Amino acid sequence: MEEVPHDCPGVGSAQAGRGASCQGCPNQGLCASGAGAAPDPAIEEIKEKMKTVKHKILVLSGKGGVGKSTFSAHLAHGLAEDENTQVALLDIDICGPSIPKIMGLEGEQVHQSGSGWSPVFLEDNLGVMSVGFLLSSPDDAVIWRGPKKNGMIKQFLRDVDWGEVDYLIVDTPPGTSDEHLSAVQYLAAAHIDGAVIITTPQEVSLQDVRKEISFCHKVKLPVIGVVENMSGFICPKCQKETQIFPPTTGGAEVMCHDLKVPLLGKVPLDPRIVIRFRLKAGYRISLEDSRGRCPACPVYREARHSPPCTRLLSVRVATKDSLFWLKHRIHQPP
Amino acid sequence: MEAAAEPGNLAGVRHIILVLSGKGGVGKSTISTELALALRHAGKKVGILDVDLCGPSIPRMLQVQGKAVHQCDSGWVPVFVDQEQSISLMSVGFLLEKPDEAVVWRGPKKNALIKQFVSDVAWGQLDYLVVDTPPGTSDEHMAVVDTLRPYSPLGALVVTTPQAVSVGDVRRELTFCKKVGLRVIGVVENMSGFVCPHCAECTNVFSRGGGEELARHAGVPFLGSVPLDPELTRSLEEGRDFIRGFPESPAFPALSCIAQKILNEAPVGLS
Repeated sequence: MEEVPHDCPGVGSAQAGRGASCQGCPNQGLCASGAGAAPDPAIEEIKEKMKTVKHKILVLSGKGGVGKSTFSAHLAHGLAEDENTQVALLDIDICGPSIPKIMGLEGEQVHQSGSGWSPVFLEDNLGVMSVGFLLSSPDDAVIWRGPKKNGMIKQFLRDVDWGEVDYLIVDTPPGTSDEHLSAVQYLAAAHIDGAVIITTPQEVSLQDVRKEISFCHKVKLPVIGVVENMSGFICPKCQKETQIFPPTTGGAEVMCHDLKVPLLGKVPLDPRIVIRFRLKAGYRISLEDSRGRCPACPVYREARHSPPCTRLLSVRVATKDSLFWLKHRIHQPP
Repeated sequence: MEAAAEPGNLAGVRHIILVLSGKGGVGKSTISTELALALRHAGKKVGILDVDLCGPSIPRMLQVQGKAVHQCDSGWVPVFVDQEQSISLMSVGFLLEKPDEAVVWRGPKKNALIKQFVSDVAWGQLDYLVVDTPPGTSDEHMAVVDTLRPYSPLGALVVTTPQAVSVGDVRRELTFCKKVGLRVIGVVENMSGFVCPHCAECTNVFSRGGGEELARHAGVPFLGSVPLDPELTRSLEEGRDFIRGFPESPAFPALSCIAQKILNEAPVGLS
């Protein structure tokens, strides 16, 4: 659908095509005829396309800046460590597409072929798609209203030639709005395994994340589990732990207990992740062996065993744990 | 075609400041709240309009979550956060029946509520109205800029954190400001370094320098860097007045400096 009036009542509404604000809208006839309320044919098309994708996981958070994209990248890399596992990472944050930068793929272009858009391949078994690849300059802003964003998401799901994929990870923007509704709506017939929800320990994040969990319940999207990111910081000099984002209301642990959703893991703050973005190396911490030059490394390697840090897992270990529990929950019999 | 602005409920508002960022989680609501508190300490009357409909953070930051919104002849009465009525707040958070209820709305419905927030809240006499926004460059941002345009906002404070993944999104926000004709008052770099409370070592947890570089690249003023301070986070969690309570904090000078720049830029003296 093209641009709609500011006061569009919504294509599914009883007033669609009939309201005062519909006058002059190019879609007025369509809505008034009731066609707007009919199921979008793209849903079936996407269902067909997704037949070659075994597992679909949405990475959500009500809150911005908690590390959804970082964690999506962790997850994609972690799953793709097995060469026989085909992984796809789809970034549907249309206004703030972070995935190209995080994966070290800035400047890459998307190509069209007979079978659709080709994702950008980081590895043979790891393909990535983002609106970031369609922008010609890093300063380009995507100033789109909801309907246009929805159209892009539809195209990503219907027109990208993912091929045979074991895991499709969908990174989302913060909130509970157009992008989230569209992703769930368009994938409705294709079966989504569920959502991994990212939070940080403090209440200002948790209060938004509880809304996101409520959203998942509303749209019947299973919650695979919650990951608490930025969970503690170890000073590289004195190696003492500080909670930069204090869990004043008990952090994700208490929230998960209250809402009866699993806590998949806690990932600490690690400046190395940020440093690697700046070097344009993209983010990559191997799950088996992280030999970075950060002075905190010996602490991180021993994090599991050293008494002040018994609850603080290294990024490497925490991600591996989250991955283990995620796979375990996805592959559980219904 | 723009009709002449009917003064209406914004007639008594002297200056309007938008707080924007392309990126989520950089501290827009924190900066909005601390700016309001600092302006109050300078003796000003401040309103805060929270147009983050999916993630309304400000009621809790000012310890007024759960308050009810009342109607008067001119529209909705904003919630006052103090007895002196020097800070007032409007947020979708006050309109939810349950605090964990999700606002699952598409663009058009969000636009309609934002229009109401701008035109139907009886702000009264304010020196400054601070408008906190969600991340991005979409419906909410276009709605709030369009609706406020007739009232000539002072401009936008654009918040970033130092690292490249934030700066990358905030560049786009600066492009948005240019495209919609919104003046950028300046860039604020938040979460700029962390001083370990045990040994005073400063670690650049989210890298460094990105905000200043961004401001230079875009040709806009750089208003300052606010370091990470768990006391600031804790104050916001508990709805305490950080500006009054923590003048010794490393974050205090930066926040005061930003407020002072606004006061110098848009003074409100005796008329």
